[in-house]
Amino acid sequence: MSSRALWVLGIFVALVALLAAGLTLNPREVPSPLVGKAAPPFELPLLSEPDKRFASKDRLGSVWLLNVWASWCVSCRDEHPVLLELAKSGAVPIYGLNYKDKREDGLRWLAAYGDPYRLSVIDAEGRIGIDYGVYGVPETYVIDKRGFIRYKQIGPVTRETLAQKILPLVGQLSRE
Amino acid sequence: MNRIFLVAAILFSGIACGNEDLEKRVTALSAELRCLVCQNQSLADSNADLAVDLRRQIREQLGSGRSERDVLDFMVQRYGDFVLYRPPLKASTVLLWIGPFLLLGLGIVLLIRRIRSTNRQAPPLSDAERARAAAFLDRGRE
Amino acid sequence: MIPELGQVALSLALAVALFASVSALAGAEKSNAEWMAFARPASQSLTLLVAFAFGCLVHAFVVNDFSVAYVANNSNSALPLQYRVAGAWGGHEGSLLLWTLILGVWTSAVALFSRHLPEEMAARVLGVMNLISTGFLAFMLFTSNPFDRLLPAPADGRDLNPLLQDPGMVLHPPMLYMGYVGFSVAFSFAVAALLAGRLDATWARWSRPWTTVAWVFLTIGIALGSGWAYYELGWGGWWFWDPVENASFMPWLCGTALIHSLAVTEKRGAFRSWTVLLAIFAFALSLLGTFLVRSGVLTSVHAFAVDPKRGVFILGLFALFVGGALALYAWRTARIGLGGSFAPVSRESFLLANNVLLAAAAGTVFLGTLYPLALDALGGGKISVGPQYFEAVFVPIMAPALFLMGIGPLARWKHSSLPELAVLLRWALAVSLTLGLLLPLAMGSWKPMVGFGLSLALWVVLASLLSLRKGARTRSQYGMVVAHIGMAVFVVGVTLVKGYEAEKDARMRPGDTVEVGGYSFLLEGVADVAGPNYQAARAKVSVSREGRPLRVLHPERRLYTVQQSVMTEAAIDTGLTRDLYVSLGDPLEGGAWLVKVQYKPFIDWIWGGCLIMALGGLLAATDRRYRFSLQAKQDNVVEAAA
Repeated sequence: MSSRALWVLGIFVALVALLAAGLTLNPREVPSPLVGKAAPPFELPLLSEPDKRFASKDRLGSVWLLNVWASWCVSCRDEHPVLLELAKSGAVPIYGLNYKDKREDGLRWLAAYGDPYRLSVIDAEGRIGIDYGVYGVPETYVIDKRGFIRYKQIGPVTRETLAQKILPLVGQLSRE
Repeated sequence: MNRIFLVAAILFSGIACGNEDLEKRVTALSAELRCLVCQNQSLADSNADLAVDLRRQIREQLGSGRSERDVLDFMVQRYGDFVLYRPPLKASTVLLWIGPFLLLGLGIVLLIRRIRSTNRQAPPLSDAERARAAAFLDRGRE
Repeated sequence: MIPELGQVALSLALAVALFASVSALAGAEKSNAEWMAFARPASQSLTLLVAFAFGCLVHAFVVNDFSVAYVANNSNSALPLQYRVAGAWGGHEGSLLLWTLILGVWTSAVALFSRHLPEEMAARVLGVMNLISTGFLAFMLFTSNPFDRLLPAPADGRDLNPLLQDPGMVLHPPMLYMGYVGFSVAFSFAVAALLAGRLDATWARWSRPWTTVAWVFLTIGIALGSGWAYYELGWGGWWFWDPVENASFMPWLCGTALIHSLAVTEKRGAFRSWTVLLAIFAFALSLLGTFLVRSGVLTSVHAFAVDPKRGVFILGLFALFVGGALALYAWRTARIGLGGSFAPVSRESFLLANNVLLAAAAGTVFLGTLYPLALDALGGGKISVGPQYFEAVFVPIMAPALFLMGIGPLARWKHSSLPELAVLLRWALAVSLTLGLLLPLAMGSWKPMVGFGLSLALWVVLASLLSLRKGARTRSQYGMVVAHIGMAVFVVGVTLVKGYEAEKDARMRPGDTVEVGGYSFLLEGVADVAGPNYQAARAKVSVSREGRPLRVLHPERRLYTVQQSVMTEAAIDTGLTRDLYVSLGDPLEGGAWLVKVQYKPFIDWIWGGCLIMALGGLLAATDRRYRFSLQAKQDNVVEAAA
């Protein structure tokens, strides 16, 4: 066998291995560069009471989840029962960011499907969403006591991710 | 009165020209950024909601005096390197940027080796072979 | 009933292909004439069966049989007839059936036109091609059956993607596949030659016309795709370095290197093992492209719907066929000598340099396309590699190739002299440099890249014409000159468009005018129009130049009712020296519209150049040498004795 042929075969095998690995990846999923960095601060009006406002810095000192949702988002309905269960268990408070929505539509949706949130703020133009690197809905952020993002869930929260990733992380962060 | 109109006209034309330039810069910068909700389109080409929002961000930032570099950094901070169509030059992308020239270099090396090897002298004939060759040639002459 | 017949036909085809490949390959190994004799009729039967299956699928589309899942997903009763037919290849399963049909067509063609080949060689070639068919038929039957039923049948279908409801859809995939799949012939010839242990000049001569014709189809297919994207997508782009576009470009680059390499192997017996490797690579890249488009590993506007099972199957086919061929190559070429020798300055050297450049170019596109995947798989994060990268690295590699294109045809085989070439070419060099550097001034503003590009293009044209000046002029030589000139025309188009295109995104109300590229565009009004399966806003735009009215354009913004998707139909005024491109965007408040107006100088030279290249290839492929006659049989005897 000539060395040239061996090289070519070797590269070919590496290529096939690479492509096989590629089949397990999702090219559309964009990991967040904000994990491990300070959560962008915001101060937004409440969904339910527009004159009142909520600032993210009010949450310093405790662990919390920020869930980005919208009434026009179909997958949000898929994750909603999971969030409701989580809220009932009281393991970690969930705050909602109503993204690019109309107030009436958001309120109506919560009334119809249930409200797992301590409160929801409304980001009508999506500017806070841009700061958080939101590109699809739903997305969920786990934020620690110092106000740092420690995990971002892209897409609906499932019972598996809750059990395997989010809750253990919350437990660990609470002990810090 | 006329002076006010003149100033206003100059200002207006300045804004109008400025707007055109701004739009050009917005479009040029948008072409460098990826639309994250689309299947491989730039922010300039896409009509998705997020693309429209991000183009508006770009317009506001460039309009308020920030540089192209600043806007790109803003996007990368929030969405990562994935959002840049021109891959940044980092340790992880060095191979990408010099790869083509490495390939070319490799090709040229192989090319030179091939040309040299075809010109290698054939091994000189041994005495016995020389005698045989002479015998053939003599026979041919008859 | 008919879809079931189609499925039966496919199953039968699988059996026939398997049988044909086994009997042909085993027969060739054992020199058993009876077994080998099955190859030709079996290949024809295969083609007929696949064609029948394809006909069943088209029939299902035409009669709106929505109980067939594939039809329900890709068609609709309101869809005009020609798009119902083209819809047959609008989705994954159907386009795969088209792929397999075209493979059958090529196999039958080889079966018909291979009488002059030694029986063992023909049997081996057909054996390999049938093996490939077996793979793809199995792929279809096990993971991507176009005839799967959807019960209960929906009342109506989900409609063909509006982007595909266009004449381009009728032509582009078939042409592209004719090219892609056509490289399987060169591949099969290479594998057959490796199996026989004979890699001589005759193999190259047999292989060459098939490869050239496949290359012609691929050139046309890619050009059609680019032209279609240009007028269909609405923003005036014609090449995006999208992964799927790259997936068709890589085989093209490799195929171009291959046809040049085959020329050397045929004439001088040199480069034999490199030519075989190129033949394997060209088809490997076709298979890789098929994988990339259908497996979901890369994001692209062209990608089909994703199913990991399918990705695994195609990867398996890829590993099997290409891995097998490469292993065979490694085993057999150890014994092959160097072949003919040649001087450092000779036509062989120039062609070898050309191959190096084309291979580096293909490698570059490969690197850029797969790098994000590799980085992600190795945990290095996600990056994007967009047009900016490709343009930066591709041009420096292709520019020298263009320069060599002028010199190569004038160099003599085996031994040429640089001083002699310099004397021959000095006027061509001087004229192309001067004109090339001066012409940009005629376009308005001088740009160095434009001067560079135009000089290179002129150089290629002048040097190519020079090469015709003496000696016998065969059709093959004319073909080469025409193809090279086509390339120069292409370069002129690209250079001038990129250098001088202009656009404006304007908010226009009826009565507003916008100026671009020296032309005036007046929006006269926007009206509502209904199409067969869409509602549209149709604008009336009057174009004038220096006060003289030229044309009225009607860009549309369509809402396709079934999928509720919005699409813009650009209006283009095509001209030899420029296109005027108007597209209607979103409606704004106050009765205004977002209108994008573009001036594209010389853009049609891009596709014109590609067509000229294809014509050159066609001329070369139909050279007298390749027209088979009884002579050929005697030639073989002479070659064997020599």
